[in-house]
Amino acid sequence: MSDAVLHGATLPARLPRVDYNEAVVRKFMIAAMFWAVVAFCVGCYLAAEMSWPAFNLGYEFTNFGRLRPVHTSAAIFAFGGSMLFGTAMYVVQRTCRARLFGGSALADFIFWGYQFFIVMAALSYVMGFSKSREYAEPEWHLDLWLTLIWVLFAVVFIGTLIKRAEPHIYVANWFYLAFILTVAVLHLGNNLTVPVSFWGAKSYALFSGTQDAMIQWWYGHNAVGFFLTAGFLGMMYYFIPKAANRPVYSYRLSIFHFWSLIFLYIWAGPHHLEYTALPDWTQTLGMAFSIMLWMPSWGGMINGLMTLSGAWDKLRTDPGLRFSVTAVGFYGMSTFEGPVMSIRPVNALSHYTDWGIGHVHSGSLGWVAFISFGALYYLIPVLWGRERMYSVKLISWHYWIATLGIVFYITSMWVAGIMEGLMWRAYDSQGFLQYSFIESIAAVHPFLVIRLVGGLCFLTGALLMAFNMIMTIIGPRPALNAMPQAAFVAGE
Amino acid sequence: MTTHIEKDPHSGTETTGHVWDGLRELNTPLPKWWLYTWLACIVWAFGLMLLYPSLPYFTGYWHGLLGYSTRTEVMQDVAKIAGQRALVMDKVAAASFEQIRATPALLAEAQTAGRTSFANNCQPCHGAGGGGRPGYPALAAGAWLWGGRLEDIQQTLQHGIRSGAEGARDSQMPRFGVDGVLKPEEIVQVASFVMTLYGTPRREASAETVAAGAALFADNCAACHGEKGQGNREFGAPALASRTHLYGDSFEIVQGQITNPHMGVMPAWGGKLDPATIKSLAIYVHDLGGGE
Repeated sequence: MSDAVLHGATLPARLPRVDYNEAVVRKFMIAAMFWAVVAFCVGCYLAAEMSWPAFNLGYEFTNFGRLRPVHTSAAIFAFGGSMLFGTAMYVVQRTCRARLFGGSALADFIFWGYQFFIVMAALSYVMGFSKSREYAEPEWHLDLWLTLIWVLFAVVFIGTLIKRAEPHIYVANWFYLAFILTVAVLHLGNNLTVPVSFWGAKSYALFSGTQDAMIQWWYGHNAVGFFLTAGFLGMMYYFIPKAANRPVYSYRLSIFHFWSLIFLYIWAGPHHLEYTALPDWTQTLGMAFSIMLWMPSWGGMINGLMTLSGAWDKLRTDPGLRFSVTAVGFYGMSTFEGPVMSIRPVNALSHYTDWGIGHVHSGSLGWVAFISFGALYYLIPVLWGRERMYSVKLISWHYWIATLGIVFYITSMWVAGIMEGLMWRAYDSQGFLQYSFIESIAAVHPFLVIRLVGGLCFLTGALLMAFNMIMTIIGPRPALNAMPQAAFVAGE
Repeated sequence: MTTHIEKDPHSGTETTGHVWDGLRELNTPLPKWWLYTWLACIVWAFGLMLLYPSLPYFTGYWHGLLGYSTRTEVMQDVAKIAGQRALVMDKVAAASFEQIRATPALLAEAQTAGRTSFANNCQPCHGAGGGGRPGYPALAAGAWLWGGRLEDIQQTLQHGIRSGAEGARDSQMPRFGVDGVLKPEEIVQVASFVMTLYGTPRREASAETVAAGAALFADNCAACHGEKGQGNREFGAPALASRTHLYGDSFEIVQGQITNPHMGVMPAWGGKLDPATIKSLAIYVHDLGGGE
């Protein structure tokens, strides 16, 4: 066995050529880039509102309460969702050596149907319609539409798996499948609502009180676990070994951490409701499962990082891979931070403070967005048949500006959050609260401004990326014989 | 494709023998430190479940060896804080305002208690330091509506203003415009006169208008606000001749206030705060600068 075989992407000769559906993947990548810029712009605007409330402008449409779900939905579902749909459809075809099941029309319907959902959801938030369930704000009619799109997506993905030409299912596809199935269950469970009327948008949750809160956080926590973690781990398992051109570090670890992650994540939701009306026994279980979840989460980090062993030098030359690897680092950090914050006495300090916001963003900016950027920088040249991105130097600029932005963001939120937690619980010697709430707001103001600066850095990086992407796509196509091998390799 | 196990030259580990789109997997064993750390976490988690309330069953749940509950914990915390507070506050409760004034140590304690209570209860409306906002009196300014002696402030705090509580301070200004008591042009005249009371006459108003307004004022307003607009604390009627304005000093605001008056509501704090805290608050508010 020669060195070249393991390092190169050489495939056994004369495999039948497969005509992959890449058109739909291209659409999703453009949508993802667009929504990333939208999500980051709205995020920065909200950060400005938090620092200077005058930015609410006095209109209900620009009020923080209405814009906040626009930001979270644009980041998670529009940007993250488009990345997951697109890469899942790309990866499942390549690793199954089969064209996407169901035909191009169905794939296109899923694309446009999902984008329609996103636009309608954003409009409805701004117009004041909301189910008031965090990360599941769209009202019931939009939920039903999303259910249809989601089921079709599952059919296409599973159909492709079934008609695969490879004997085994690649690890990335396990994660994508877990993401698709579990999010379907979460979506149905959390959005059980009773519409007020058939023609009206308003609906009320089927459950009430503590049970409702528990359902909400069963959903909310697992939206993180299965949308933002399992789905993006699927992405990692394809694009890191691809870009590093190295075999995945450990197959056994991938089995262990996959099943343990899937089994344990689903129980950890109650840690969002510690010190509330939720029964103590439920809180303890939420905390216990969160602690047990730490190593299963880290299994993905180990597999991602160790896959680079033997190819670390590539980080110097491939800034796209640098994004993916840094993403895995942030993934490790926030999946350690999460279990720590779930421990009851720590939670007593961290809950309701900006620490939570910082934690979410070290995961969403550091892990989700960075692993997506790595995948995008890999995919754009491949999908459009270009030799490389328009400018590799700009990728490097994007990397450093965005990393600096994350550092500003999470450090300022740590300081602000711990300060708030300490100020809110401080009693003077007489047994009176030491500080008023407004004093804690005044105290964190500088850190809210630093957070905005971090967000603006991150947005600047994304704009560089959008520019780089557009220039690559409209740039000249290389002559056929100079095409990168990746575009055609599977068919040769 | 058949299984074809290869050996990775870099690590010396074998692959699983499968290839997907050029991707391979090494058959590396689980990292020992990972496995043992995970097992330790599991042991820790089960220990936690043993000690604390955890596993449910049909008729209840396991209460844990420590007998812990968040409810007990919070009751203990509250009792501890209450005990700490009682050390000083019992003395404040027992003493009269004069006695507190005469005992510097007690006065300092009451002022501290008043400051924190004010920040957490009063500041959202009356502003930091009692600076006030339109519609919310500036407590530091001395423009008292219902009286600025310690006892007056204590009573306002205890029962509130138009709060619906028993003993609340209550009064109502007639809606001169809305109820048709005065015609719109008469309201313009009264407003023009009122503006002369606090020394910023309306430029557009003629001497006749102001004179007509003065006559209307004497008939309709003076009974509560006083002949010279000096106010009347019995009704909480603001001193119009004052430079401190509750809602503002522009013509439009004065006109609007006569037409369809705002009348502020303050909650009765007696049900929420204990008597000693209210006493401390009275002292704090009194000493903000406007006390009498």
